[in-house]
Amino acid sequence: MIKNSFGSCRYISMQQTENIITIEHISQIFGEKVVLDDINLSVRKGEFVTILGPSGCGKTTLLRIIAGFQKAGEGKLTIGGVDMTETPPHRRPVNTVFQRYALFPHLNVSNNIAFGLNLKKLDKEHIRKKVKKVLKMVSMTDYEERDVDSLSGGQQQRVAIARAIVNEPEVLLLDEPLAALDLKMRKDMQLEIKAMHKKLGITFVYVTHDQEEALTLSDTIVVMSEGKIQQIGTPTEIYNEPANSFVADFIGESNILNGKMIEDRLVEFAGHRFECVDKGFSPNEPVDVVVRPEDIYIFELSDAAQFTAKVTSSIFKGVHYEMMVTTPEGFEFMIQDYHCFEVGESVGLRVKPSDIHVMKKERIHNTFEATITDKNHVRFLGQVFECKDCQHFEPAAEVYAHIEFNKVILQDNEEDGMISGDVSFILYKGDHYHLTVLTDEGENIFVDTNDIWDDGDRVGITINPNAIKITTR
Amino acid sequence: MKKILANSYIGSLLIMLYAPILIIIIFSFTEAKVLGNWTGFSLKLYTNLFQSGVHHSLSSALWNTLIIGLISAFVSMLLGTVAAIGIYNLKPRARKIVQFANNIPILNPDIITAISLFLLFVSLGISQGYTTVILAHISFCTPYVVLSVYPRLRMMNENLYEAALDLGATPFYALRKVLLPELRPGMISGFILAFTLSIDDFVVTLFTIGNEGLETLSTYIYADARKGGLTPELRPLSAIIFITVLALLLVINHRAAKREQENQKH
Repeated sequence: MIKNSFGSCRYISMQQTENIITIEHISQIFGEKVVLDDINLSVRKGEFVTILGPSGCGKTTLLRIIAGFQKAGEGKLTIGGVDMTETPPHRRPVNTVFQRYALFPHLNVSNNIAFGLNLKKLDKEHIRKKVKKVLKMVSMTDYEERDVDSLSGGQQQRVAIARAIVNEPEVLLLDEPLAALDLKMRKDMQLEIKAMHKKLGITFVYVTHDQEEALTLSDTIVVMSEGKIQQIGTPTEIYNEPANSFVADFIGESNILNGKMIEDRLVEFAGHRFECVDKGFSPNEPVDVVVRPEDIYIFELSDAAQFTAKVTSSIFKGVHYEMMVTTPEGFEFMIQDYHCFEVGESVGLRVKPSDIHVMKKERIHNTFEATITDKNHVRFLGQVFECKDCQHFEPAAEVYAHIEFNKVILQDNEEDGMISGDVSFILYKGDHYHLTVLTDEGENIFVDTNDIWDDGDRVGITINPNAIKITTR
Repeated sequence: MKKILANSYIGSLLIMLYAPILIIIIFSFTEAKVLGNWTGFSLKLYTNLFQSGVHHSLSSALWNTLIIGLISAFVSMLLGTVAAIGIYNLKPRARKIVQFANNIPILNPDIITAISLFLLFVSLGISQGYTTVILAHISFCTPYVVLSVYPRLRMMNENLYEAALDLGATPFYALRKVLLPELRPGMISGFILAFTLSIDDFVVTLFTIGNEGLETLSTYIYADARKGGLTPELRPLSAIIFITVLALLLVINHRAAKREQENQKH
């Protein structure tokens, strides 16, 4: 069990004794970039926790702070109930398995494994026995005298794991340990790591960008993006009840659409109304709707259909077929099914109420802190914009500027825009794309568009003077 | 035909390059005062060289050269290694600047280095002699050591040092037991390079050696030649130095080749 800062205080104090790692308000800034933004996390003793996120989300930095290779800019870290925020790595009760193994090339296998034990000044015979035992555990018996450079990637990783666990750490940190291995080897090692965790009973903190690996291994998954924790939960919670559209998109395949909550247990999306199980939204509240591709029933046209569509593509994926369909209203869905429907065929579709997952929208339009400069201009994102909605405000007034997602215009040439930025995240919403653009000022601007952009595209941004709405702060 | 031409071209090139040295080596085995007269095979000049008293100033110049070479090579090796580790841990932008600064003394003409060191020592009021020569040699050898150690660091797994800390090693122990064994080949190459550079140097030495009568080989030979006529004992000495440098060069090349082979194996 793991909790973020939103957990109730009473609950935290009840659990305190069992938490092996607690991270409180840890932030890290490199230059201008916020790598970690107020991270709060606690890890229970014996748990297998996976920190999951795309590259550059801050997961490795977080692990390095726990290991002590990097000092946290702000915040507090305790391991085993002791404040270790300032403790150097060699005095922490944790050991690390590195992505590229980091075995000592001038030592053979058994001396690599004995490195930590030698530092503890154990007697020779004792060390020899421990090395033998741990080698047996990682199925590398008889490799004691081998040169580490003569081993394959998989074997080196086994030695790296052995070198870490032989010290009996309270926490084992694993930094993408399987990323450098081929698929088959990776699958085997996943099972072995899982079995090792059961057998040793120590806490594992595992960092990966591979969502499948996270789902397979973990008791708890921490999904991170852009230095923030997006969701903490068990693999089933994360998969079935993603907290936001980022998590839904990152974990598995999904159809994510804009919707409207008509009333409790009734949601409208893709031009149709569907029964669902979610409640507690205000009437007509805009929401994000997630439907997994395997949760849409596809069949020949009949009265049972909630809505209809035409198949536009169909690919055999081994166990199932992956089909793209388009509804008459112009929405696209991905569907996975054991039955194949031909391209061009009209089909009926149906979704069970419990398979529709409704999420609160994080925002319904862009909002920036702004300052009025004169009757026709407003300043935000480090730039002065022409604006038709400024008349009623005094110059220098501190206000909010609001812009609808679809009123932001992206330009191919960054020079054509008033400000420029990079496309940092793309979400397909069934009939349009929802882009996150990171401006050079370091702020995100969100854009709805029908045009196709690529991740990392450099764009110019313009905003129509009529599209900026001003409210008081 | 083309092959014969190519071979004779490279052959004549090599002969022109090595003929002077070969001639000196051949004539080091005869007693004649003037180079070019062959008066029969003899090892007399070699024995003279190692007989104390006969050519006292020449052998003391040889010892000075070796001692200065060894001390400055050793100190350069230590300074250069520490500097390379420091450069490796800098942020990219600062690293570029420091690497550039490190390359300036290498490209800078010797005479500029010599004059600036001379002026520095004079303005600081340090009397010139052993110390100033060694300091000067250390200052122009260190950048070469940095250049030979830094690639080892780049090749090394970046987590190696952290892995040692992680297993409970103090920073000093990790440096000694993990980092240094990894850097040792680069350090040895750097040492040999610095040693040969120091033995070889004339310009910087001449400007920093002072006038207390201290002589190294290069300054001794220069003074000797100016007095008119080279001592015949210089012939066996040149031969010995040439063979030694050749041997050192072969060692460096062999090490480089071995390293290359190892890299290809992985």
